[in-house]
Amino acid sequence: MQSQAQIAVESVLEIPPETSSRAVGASLAVNTGADLLCSLLLQAGVEVIFGYPGGAVLPIYDALFHAPLRHILTRHEQGAIHAAQGYARVTGRPGIVLATSGPGATNLVTGLADAFMDSTPLVVITGQVVRHLIGSDAFQEADIVGITMPITKHNYQIRDIAELPQVVADAFYLACSGRPGPVLIDMPKDVSAGPAVPAHLPLPGPRGYRLPSVPEPLAIARIRAVIAAAKRPLLYIGGGIISAGATELLREFARRCRIPVTTTLMGLGVYPEDDELFVGMLGMHGKYAANHAITDCDVLIALGVRFDDRVTGKLERFSPHSVKIHVDVDGAEINKNVPVHYPLVADVRDVLAALNADPPQPDTEQWRARIAGFEAEWPLQFKAEAEFLKPQAVIELLAQATGGTAVVTTDVGQHQMWAALFYPYSRPRQWVTSGGLGTMGFGFPAAMGAQVALPDATVICVTGDGSLQMNIQELQTVVENGLPVKVAIINNGFLGMVRQWQQFFHGKRYAQSKIGSPDFVRVAEAFGALGLRATTPSEAAAVIEQALAHPGPVFMDFVVREEENVFPMVPAGKGNDEMTLEWEEV
Amino acid sequence: MERTLSALVNDRPGVLARIAGLFSRRGYNIASITVGVAEHPGFSRMTIVSAGDDATASQMVAQLLKLVDVIDVEDITREPVVRRELALIKVQTDKVTRPEISHILEPFRVSIVDVGHTSITVEVTGDTQKVDALLALLEPYGVLQIARTGVTALLRAAARESQPGVRIAEGL
Ligand SMILES: Cc1ncc(C[n+]2csc(CCOP(=O)(O)OP(=O)(O)O)c2C)c(N)n1
Repeated sequence: MQSQAQIAVESVLEIPPETSSRAVGASLAVNTGADLLCSLLLQAGVEVIFGYPGGAVLPIYDALFHAPLRHILTRHEQGAIHAAQGYARVTGRPGIVLATSGPGATNLVTGLADAFMDSTPLVVITGQVVRHLIGSDAFQEADIVGITMPITKHNYQIRDIAELPQVVADAFYLACSGRPGPVLIDMPKDVSAGPAVPAHLPLPGPRGYRLPSVPEPLAIARIRAVIAAAKRPLLYIGGGIISAGATELLREFARRCRIPVTTTLMGLGVYPEDDELFVGMLGMHGKYAANHAITDCDVLIALGVRFDDRVTGKLERFSPHSVKIHVDVDGAEINKNVPVHYPLVADVRDVLAALNADPPQPDTEQWRARIAGFEAEWPLQFKAEAEFLKPQAVIELLAQATGGTAVVTTDVGQHQMWAALFYPYSRPRQWVTSGGLGTMGFGFPAAMGAQVALPDATVICVTGDGSLQMNIQELQTVVENGLPVKVAIINNGFLGMVRQWQQFFHGKRYAQSKIGSPDFVRVAEAFGALGLRATTPSEAAAVIEQALAHPGPVFMDFVVREEENVFPMVPAGKGNDEMTLEWEEV
Repeated sequence: MERTLSALVNDRPGVLARIAGLFSRRGYNIASITVGVAEHPGFSRMTIVSAGDDATASQMVAQLLKLVDVIDVEDITREPVVRRELALIKVQTDKVTRPEISHILEPFRVSIVDVGHTSITVEVTGDTQKVDALLALLEPYGVLQIARTGVTALLRAAARESQPGVRIAEGL
């Protein structure tokens, strides 16, 4: 029998019915707080937990010993949380993390901050010392609730087991609804070890939490009129479209109104790369045409975006001639960085559905021709070489070999920008990168989590020699779990993005940006994975072919030109139209 | 300009820390913050005095509303409100100055809550200007200690009969 509560939580989480009936049917004996936690997680539709044990979570691990929940034991708690992020980003369902108190919990901090910035739904459970020792600097005590207050959507400490069912229900609801984000539940050890009685997952209802209501017809009518009168409208869309599940509505809207589309780094995949209305990514390393289009447009339709400084460049020069419409589910994003003329706090899905009922018809023919002119002036480019491998060429080869359909995760740096620019994304949740926080070490564990969620997908982690070394220990997890993640190392011998900035802005003084690496091929072999290396374009093509044919995880070490730079680049403090397209040493 | 925000929040552990943390990390100053139980158990009402232009104030409100434990917030800076602050002021006194001080205190309608050989403690309630004015007058006699509560405020009845501001909604 399904309770009303399950139906409500399911509709938020999109729990497949078979999962929840399995959970309800699973007659998990509940004697302790830990048993109750496992039972509630099952009822919430959880299938996989990424975690790492320790003293304060021993009772929970004891309960997991019998619970029908899959647990992936990573090699570092940071690996666990980034894996959960990868899982959440490719599925849209919350990633679940379990870690012990103190160091286990603090190792999650980077992942929480990353998930908070990139609006990724997570439910994170940490152990805590027993209640009577809280505040006494007990062994492995850390005030994780205090530490993570600014980097979680909300957090809880369970002081009484009776609170747990409601807290779990609310945590899942908060993580997944509105603007998604991470929610942390801190469980003192004596609460999880203490007695508990079985409970149904109640209806969620966090008091004080409100979602925006359906937009007023008048607000929609105003927006429609502004767009209809536009001569140079531009859709500026981001990750909010993906979280809202509004991709199809957005595509329909753009096509029916014939409005060109630019996306943020987080919005890649929402609009197909090969569509004629697609202008490409904008911002610091955005496409030439996109940065000119946003500067020249007369109506900017910003949907599910937050006017991040990496997108806007110098604010005074950001889209200076446009009337701005901004729709976001998070009211605090409105007018935060850029004042807008038509703000609307709403679910972008509701807004697009209302607009699609009677789409405005601006005449955009001339405008589209003008954008095509920008594109012709400086199409995305790099100087390929026959003998030497260029990083951009590696991405192009990966795109060819996978038909542009792989799930791609990245770390942070030059390789990330090349992966954003040179791989043609065509669907949401295909692209998993650390956008807001820019966390090196994200990509490889995120690929692992994505592969757990999508065992049959081709999952490629595009990484740098620097970034990979930040969470390389997860290769053991990947091998043990038979996860066939393909890691493409853009090995330039440098912390490339740092080096690029030092070259341009610090007189080529490469302070601490030359970085050594182990022999990645032998590292892979030592872990029991396949290691391959390529130093020329033809070798690279062969390596990719071999890697994709291999049933297990692979490290592909692409030894590339060391001092290649990412272009275009909007230097910090410049306007989007003031891009640097190549660098000449002075 | 000075801003007064009135917030209704869940009376739960950590709520004050969440709000204070939000203000400090977003770079908003807090001139004062007062908290106390509201008209229903489980809720607290906070009055926050800060500073900022209109854009900053609306960001403050929006950011506060984003906190799950915040039920409602209103910027009541430009509204007709009753604003009160309480201060306890310990002033140095002797035989000569005591009558003088009493004289000063009279129009302020304060109570003398403690009397010692060399000092008296007065309790004053009123808006911030009144407290400041009294302090300025007492300063020459030697103010030994001050404890101020910070401002607390409520919308006046006449302000908006139809829309009485931040209230606990039915059924919460
Ligand atoms: C955890 C963390 N530390 C430092 C940085 C700063 N940082 C940004 S890009 C970068 C270089 C990345 O080097 P690599 O992974 O080799 O990638 P590449 O730029 O060479 O492609 C650094 C150090 C960061 N983003 N994250």
